Amino acid sequence: MEFGLSLEQRQFDDSLREFLKDRLPMERLRALAEPGGGYDADLWNGLAELGLHGLIVPERFGGAGLGVLDAAVAAEGLGYAAAPVPFTGTTVMAPLAFMNSATEAQQDEYLPMVAAGEARIAVGFAGLAGQTGAASVTLDGTRLSGTVNGVMDAGAATHFLIYLRDGTAALVEADAPGLSTSLHRSLDRTRPLVDVAFNSSPAVVLAAANDKVAAARKVLDAGRVILAADMLGAAQTMLDRAVAFAKERVQFGRVIGSFQGVKYMLADCVTTLEPCRGMVWYAAHAQDAMPDEARLTACHAKAHVADVAREVARMTTETHGGMGFTDLLGLHYWFKRIGFNRQVLGGPERCREEAAELQGWRLDR
Amino acid sequence: MDLSLSEEYQALQAEIRAFIATQGHKSPKVGGGRKRPDQKTLDWQKTLLEHGYVGRTIPVEYGGAGKTPDVMEAAVIASEFTAANIYAGLTNQGVSMLVPTLLEVGTEEQKRAYVGPTIRGDIIWCQGYSEPGNGSDLANAQTKAELKDGFWVVNGQKIWTSSAHYADMMFLLCRTEPHRPKHEGLSYLLLSMNSPGIDRRPLKTMTGRSEFNEVFFTDVKVPESQIVVGRGKGWYVANVTLKHERSMIGNADKVTTRLEQLIKMLSATEVDGVPLIRQAEFRDRLLRLQGEVIAWKAHNLRLLTEAAQGIDSGVKRMIVKYGGTMLGFRLSSLAVDALGAVGLPFESAGEDAEDDDATTWNIDYMYDVGLMIGGGSNNIQKNIIGERGLDLPREPKVQTAATIGRG
Repeated sequence: MEFGLSLEQRQFDDSLREFLKDRLPMERLRALAEPGGGYDADLWNGLAELGLHGLIVPERFGGAGLGVLDAAVAAEGLGYAAAPVPFTGTTVMAPLAFMNSATEAQQDEYLPMVAAGEARIAVGFAGLAGQTGAASVTLDGTRLSGTVNGVMDAGAATHFLIYLRDGTAALVEADAPGLSTSLHRSLDRTRPLVDVAFNSSPAVVLAAANDKVAAARKVLDAGRVILAADMLGAAQTMLDRAVAFAKERVQFGRVIGSFQGVKYMLADCVTTLEPCRGMVWYAAHAQDAMPDEARLTACHAKAHVADVAREVARMTTETHGGMGFTDLLGLHYWFKRIGFNRQVLGGPERCREEAAELQGWRLDR
Repeated sequence: MDLSLSEEYQALQAEIRAFIATQGHKSPKVGGGRKRPDQKTLDWQKTLLEHGYVGRTIPVEYGGAGKTPDVMEAAVIASEFTAANIYAGLTNQGVSMLVPTLLEVGTEEQKRAYVGPTIRGDIIWCQGYSEPGNGSDLANAQTKAELKDGFWVVNGQKIWTSSAHYADMMFLLCRTEPHRPKHEGLSYLLLSMNSPGIDRRPLKTMTGRSEFNEVFFTDVKVPESQIVVGRGKGWYVANVTLKHERSMIGNADKVTTRLEQLIKMLSATEVDGVPLIRQAEFRDRLLRLQGEVIAWKAHNLRLLTEAAQGIDSGVKRMIVKYGGTMLGFRLSSLAVDALGAVGLPFESAGEDAEDDDATTWNIDYMYDVGLMIGGGSNNIQKNIIGERGLDLPREPKVQTAATIGRG
């Protein structure tokens, strides 16, 4: 038994954090956040050098063949930096969709493109995910029609992969006939939401899974774990900054961190947030190696980390006093990043509802 | 990341499961606060000792099984007993605090005299630490002991002394060097609770039991050799003890068991013909707690791994008492709420009998509040987390007439 990160995982984590610290100083983050497209070619290509794009793509398709746990480690680092990168959808969910729902030939065609960073595939759900907003599509043979609103990680998508309610997935090129998109800068300026409409657009249909809904849910669950990891990283940044601020800021002749009112808020933050790290690792590892626990832990991780991160975001902002509320410190980028992650792919209430159904705890209505 | 158990631990697991299957019916009931072990408990403790499930790492010459310390073994044993809801052995202050302290710093004579009888449950200890004026500020203990004619003569008062009304012995923190700075003036003595001059007054608590006592000392004579380590070393010894107390906390098995009990209870309890687990408000609370329990279980695995690797977990360990007691209370609160009015008829069966389930839950629910206060209150834990864990500055010391000029 060894519950922790391997030396390789820690080294990867260190190099990713180093890279992001170097590439994303606050002024750079501000500049990228203003257009709000959630994508920067320099940053994206730079991450390729660290092997990020092919992280979970199997080695025979040119990837590193690693797992959701490795992706969760990366996601925590990206959340820590509030990196405007379409990581969850493009780097984790899309390859998993191919690994779970596609034929060998389809995998042969697309997974190498994902690993090379050439295909940036955004993943959307018409049903299943429990995200609010309109999402309704129909598939007529290989023609996709309908709309899916609020697709994440799609600001610079080359393809859209849409899961239908029955677990069939349809892959459509971004410049396909009949496809139109409108990009919304979101509350979280580091990642937008895209509404996409299809009108008889030509699609590659991924329907190779024996249990298509189960395959779709694997993709969804992994996405939820990654978002939880991202929230964990974002909340950790806010806590680290609040602790540093509390050691410097002087009021009434004392640094404010010596006041128990402040100290206790920060103690509450670390007491609730630190167990989230184990939870994220556990849920991520469950996606890789413990199928019986994969769904339950993914639902709970998304829900629980969202609730903890919200409180950490509030208390750490409060610790900064009025400055925390200003744009000047930029703390709000992480506050909003947590808010974004909470709502996409199903909020805590929806995730717990699924956890309940999974255990047969249906409400008597 | 590897959550599989290696073969040796799987073998241990299988061995314990077989043991529980054949012997488990002899186990006393789990939970419900602290009492003097009855004969059933003592017999069970003896059985556990014979199998090495308690006292496992204690050397054979002192009555243990003499195994090499192995946190994974300890974790496997704990989780198997918890999963089966079987009593895992005495966890009183003698077993969990004094015995490891003596093994670390006691004399050969002290180890031989006390370790074996304590782990068998023949000697019950109480801890003489807190005083009416010094709860959280332990180093300020004022109970004094003077050396006269080969005896320590103890005078003063302790309070919140768990189990003192039935304890045989006390480990006592007292002031022997009144002219030295407060941390250097303390000594750690071992004394019989039957010594003349000891007056124990049970302090009835909200659970209806007397879990605590006031203990008064009037010229109580303790043989000189009953000191641990030496004069003025009491604070050092007390910290050895505290280290062991802290390391015994951090067990996520308790919250896991409670969650499982809650799931059963909410499934089995109906109001208006509908099981509570199918009622939104109850189900939502259960789900939130399930998420928390998953998080703390994973956290515990992390601590366990670090302990096995000899890594000091720092703040990750410091949060366990505060976080764990709060979660424990939320779990017992839901149990009490699920019982509802059915849980209100409350007749504790007294110290020597097992309580019914509803009373046990209600006692646990109240006892959980005590756990937040005892062993370093949760606000003290938050100071520790903030100051030692996050390196935040301490609260400035209040300048009093006594401290001005001392800096």
